[in-house]
Amino acid sequence: MNSGLNNGGAAPAQLTPKLVAGAFLILLCSILLSLLFGPVSIRPDRIFLEIFDRIPWISVDSGLSKVEAAIVWDVRLPRIVLGLIVGGLLAMAGASYQGVFRNPLADPYLLGVAAGAGLGATVAIVSGASNGTGMFDALPIAAFLGSAIAVGITLAVGGAVSRSTSTASLLLAGVAVASLFTAIQTYIQQRESATLRQVYSWILGRLSTSGWDEVLLILPYALVSVSIMYAMKGALDVLAVGEEEALSLGLRPERVRWVVIAAASLASASAVAVSGLIAFVGIIVPHAVRLVVGASNRLVVPLSFLIGAAFLMLTDLLARTLQSPAELPIGVVTAFFGAPFFLFVLRRRSDGVI
Amino acid sequence: MSEETAHKTRSDMIVCENVDKWFGDFQALKGVTATIAEQEVVVVLGPSGSGKSTWIRCINRLEAHQKGTIVVDGVELTNDLRNIEKIRSEVGMVFQQFNLFPHLTVLDNVTLAPKWVRKMPKTEAENKAKDLLEMVGIPEQAAKYPGQLSGGQQQRVAIARALAMEPRIMLFDEPTSALDPEMIKEVLDVMRDLALGGMTMMVVTHEMGFAKEVADRVIFMESGEIVEEGTPEHFFTNPTEDRTKLFLSQIL
Repeated sequence: MNSGLNNGGAAPAQLTPKLVAGAFLILLCSILLSLLFGPVSIRPDRIFLEIFDRIPWISVDSGLSKVEAAIVWDVRLPRIVLGLIVGGLLAMAGASYQGVFRNPLADPYLLGVAAGAGLGATVAIVSGASNGTGMFDALPIAAFLGSAIAVGITLAVGGAVSRSTSTASLLLAGVAVASLFTAIQTYIQQRESATLRQVYSWILGRLSTSGWDEVLLILPYALVSVSIMYAMKGALDVLAVGEEEALSLGLRPERVRWVVIAAASLASASAVAVSGLIAFVGIIVPHAVRLVVGASNRLVVPLSFLIGAAFLMLTDLLARTLQSPAELPIGVVTAFFGAPFFLFVLRRRSDGVI
Repeated sequence: MSEETAHKTRSDMIVCENVDKWFGDFQALKGVTATIAEQEVVVVLGPSGSGKSTWIRCINRLEAHQKGTIVVDGVELTNDLRNIEKIRSEVGMVFQQFNLFPHLTVLDNVTLAPKWVRKMPKTEAENKAKDLLEMVGIPEQAAKYPGQLSGGQQQRVAIARALAMEPRIMLFDEPTSALDPEMIKEVLDVMRDLALGGMTMMVVTHEMGFAKEVADRVIFMESGEIVEEGTPEHFFTNPTEDRTKLFLSQIL
């Protein structure tokens, strides 16, 4: 019955040095491109010299002015690192959700993360608690709390049912919670129409930073959630053979599910807290990885982080240069490239390929 | 009778006493009481819906029984997760549908659980998997994908996968029912070898030839209760219960 499934499966199920090196190479190229290009043009050779200059015990004169050096170190680089973390988190969380629900269309916002963060952010903006960005700004914290509450309700309601139906009821609970939170958010947004623009721009997603604050803010959550998802990648493969087989092989599927869902939700919530709702990264990146390396979660989960990081950096590069000095919302750019790809995957599915 | 005494000197591996199980209003198991000794091979027969699959699924807690006791290798099955985990680590199960991971090689399918559930080192897991594939007669298929194998070969991989966890008891839930007729024998041969090697086995099957040849004991169930049990000779040549006779007349 599964005979059509292994067409693309001729890949090794191990993280070979070649695969890892390839993914890191893509990541490195994305970092360099993002570093070299921006609304302000700075000579590439000077940027390289500037980087060398910062390596301990090496001192070269890059010839950059103070302003230019600040652009490299305090504008471009933090934004690149933030894009790396957020893109990696969203893609890895998407891959993990897809593994845990055994549903290729699962995305990081599935269980109410987006709607919860949207409500939290709207409340923060409307109440005036948010006055910009920064380490102690209320917006990321409110967004994080909002998504934590939404996911908490989804898990409490959807998880309180028997084993056989638990993933289906989790998904349904997620849909219901998301609708509820979105309804409340829309209501508040309509009542306070003066802040509509601000809320809207948050919802479209952006990677604007103020120095390194946002990076430092999510780094601890990123480290924790990424380590957990990385450690669970093999258990997801065991789970992939089926609930009862996994049980009889000594795995505790419920525990694996809870741990992975918690880690993936933490990852998405922290990404959303600093970047808004960036669409499609969590779906298209894992699928792109799957098309290349096959469906083993041991490959897809870790490689999704690297490729997701590269993808978001590059889309952010487009977002800030295409109409510079104006910026496109990054959510628009990811969806512009993501949606057609997604339709392509969907069409392949209906052809019976996946 | 010599066989009876032989069993008594061995320890009891599975002891079920008055096990009841309901699905809603439907009672699937009614006071099931049976003891399976170490190294014993028990074949469970019965019409569909008689509760035989439900019974063996209760033994490694894929289903929870509601009344009575089930003790596996000295550990009672309760809601205590540690007990359930301990028992599952001793009980391997082979299903009708041999769900292998289609994107992983045969070898990878067999090493998956030892590596990621037992944390066995990679080379040890792979050596063990190769031995097991040798045992089930398909060492040359190790690098292939499940979709490239016949159903019988896939089921043999599933048996190797269960054995890789080093169980002391193997449960088979209609292992050949999903197979084309010409592939049934190769799977039954592997199961017979396993029985000869001393594995404690409970097998739900409709393969009467296997029951006659390999089973130490046959248990016949109907409507959730054990109707008759005995040696294969007794069961197939001289059954005492009318319901057993009726079943055998329909199936043979």
